[in-house]
Amino acid sequence: MSVTPAPAADEPYLRVRDLRVQFPTEDGLVRAVDGVSFSVRRGQTLGIVGESGSGKSVTSMSILGLHNAARTKISGEISIGGRDIVGMDDEKIREMRGQDMAMVFQDPLSALHPYYKVGVQIAEAYKVHHPQASKAEANKRAVEMLDRVGIPQPERRAKQYPHEFSGGMRQRAMIAMALVNDPALLIADEPTTALDVTVQAQILDLLEDLQREFNSAIIVITHDLGVVAQIADDVLVMYAGRAIETGSVEQVMRSPQHPYTWGLLASVPSLHGDAEIDLVPIKGNPPSLINLPTGCAFNPRCRYAGLNGNRSFVEVPELRPAGQDGHHVACHLSGADRRRIYLEDIAHAGVAQ
Amino acid sequence: MVRFVIRRLLLAVTTLFAISVITFLLFFAVPSSPATVMCGKQCSPEQIAQTEHRLGIDKPIVEQYGTFVKGIFVGRVIGEGDFIRECPAPCLGYSFRTDEPVTDILGRTIPVTVSIVFGAAVMWLVIGVSLGMTSALKRGTVFDRFAIGVSLVGASLQVYFFGLVLLLVFVYSTGLLPTPSYTPFTENPGKWALGLLLPWITLGFLNSALYARLSRAQMLETLSEDYVRTARAKGLTKRKVYIRHALRAAITPIITIAGLDIGASLGGTVITESIFGLQGLGRTAVKAVGDLNLPIVLATVLVAAAFIVFANIIVDMLYAVVDPRVRLG
Repeated sequence: MSVTPAPAADEPYLRVRDLRVQFPTEDGLVRAVDGVSFSVRRGQTLGIVGESGSGKSVTSMSILGLHNAARTKISGEISIGGRDIVGMDDEKIREMRGQDMAMVFQDPLSALHPYYKVGVQIAEAYKVHHPQASKAEANKRAVEMLDRVGIPQPERRAKQYPHEFSGGMRQRAMIAMALVNDPALLIADEPTTALDVTVQAQILDLLEDLQREFNSAIIVITHDLGVVAQIADDVLVMYAGRAIETGSVEQVMRSPQHPYTWGLLASVPSLHGDAEIDLVPIKGNPPSLINLPTGCAFNPRCRYAGLNGNRSFVEVPELRPAGQDGHHVACHLSGADRRRIYLEDIAHAGVAQ
Repeated sequence: MVRFVIRRLLLAVTTLFAISVITFLLFFAVPSSPATVMCGKQCSPEQIAQTEHRLGIDKPIVEQYGTFVKGIFVGRVIGEGDFIRECPAPCLGYSFRTDEPVTDILGRTIPVTVSIVFGAAVMWLVIGVSLGMTSALKRGTVFDRFAIGVSLVGASLQVYFFGLVLLLVFVYSTGLLPTPSYTPFTENPGKWALGLLLPWITLGFLNSALYARLSRAQMLETLSEDYVRTARAKGLTKRKVYIRHALRAAITPIITIAGLDIGASLGGTVITESIFGLQGLGRTAVKAVGDLNLPIVLATVLVAAAFIVFANIIVDMLYAVVDPRVRLG
């Protein structure tokens, strides 16, 4: 439908630059996303990691243009296939939604409409972007997609309601619905969180297969580093609306640089590490996005915040190169300090093996 | 579905049976006798006894109840001597006062109440639900505030105040509308509607206030559901998102409440009927209670109960039609 200006072959399909998303509320301005930049190429997967309230879901909602313009202030650039959707006309974004970028949500039971048959819901997603398609064509396409995402007896299943599906099947159906228009960008917001562990791996495998087939750019939003390790090429760690560490999966998982990333890794149980060592939770709670701590937002929870005098308490750290190419971290600790602390305090816990 | 209906119908019969027993017992627990009420203070004890005998209330309660139930299924003969009335099934007895079959009275009064309630229900559903849905979609705007204000006023008003104001303005002062009256629909639909317009507006407006608030709350809740976000993420137009996805889900509980409300109102809209001088089921029932007119009290209570019981069954069946997750069994 919409004519996409063909981006140069090496151009990322999605480019987000200095994205800021703010919600004015009665209690004050919520800075949900505060200056985040990243990009994803077709065929690549970016994992966005963070706790609840870190701004990862708000970021994904902005990429789909789903925020209510009247209640949200968005600035920066979100370029999808060469078109910046920040400030774009609602109707134009709607035409792109589901066609150029699509989304898979966390809980497929609540994300699918309980009153409509699964096939109908998928066909509807197809029809809205293919108005010339007949009802029969749309239904046929829905069945094809159900088959493609590994749902047995797709024709029978298409005529069932979401509550008649199991959790894993529902998420497959959700993925089928998101991919029915061959979007170049797929955002999966906690796609496996609501599923059984055994089903999680299947869903991730499916996403990888489909990515190979459709050459799509994928963003996986998760708090689960295991998911990132399995599926992502690059990682963006978010904290309090900011990117605090970015790099390839290899870099971030093997040589994490930010104390918060250490905390995330240390709170993942490992089969290979020393079984006697307890999981180390990150103490404290995520900060209020209305009233962020001054300086580094992580400072109240950081054991090493005092190592640089009061810098962590007054100056917001910027993302800086952290050694290897493409690896960036926003931390006031010096590279040498980070290396030393990591070796002394963190590495022995057996994380990220 | 069939099994469900059969089971619920059996349950309904049991309920109505229990209600008739309770009504009977309550009636005879009242310390004064219908005979005393009928012939007044100057009656001699002999006259009272005679009247009681004529009404058949001098017999034991169990026997009277047996006669009543038998009348419903096979009919009965009422009275004795030169006062004999053939009362074919379903016989609900004769009015103590007017010597008219109760079934005739019901046949005359039920259409009045049904007309009032259905007209008003159409009004309150159309106005209330569309007002509530629109204000949910325009949350926080002037329209929303205005709608909330109006519905707050409506919810605080009472039929006997609002109805009288309407009467005063439209009938007595300006004469824009005729005095409310009931003309059977089959006789003259125009006159039927015109005569019932004020009761419809009164009941319709007051209830639409409630329904506006209810549907606004429902719609707001539905709009925040994940599946509405999914619908938007698919790129559906606003119209489709709101109507096909949000409204469809938000309307379900409203159907339930409307069904029960309509069922309960059909048992009699006493105040509305009284204010507008319409001889409906509610007014008849209240008058019968004052007169200790047992056959009418029994009949109106049973009819009202039947409306509520059947409204419940219909609502449950509708629910299964609307929501595929509900299976009746």
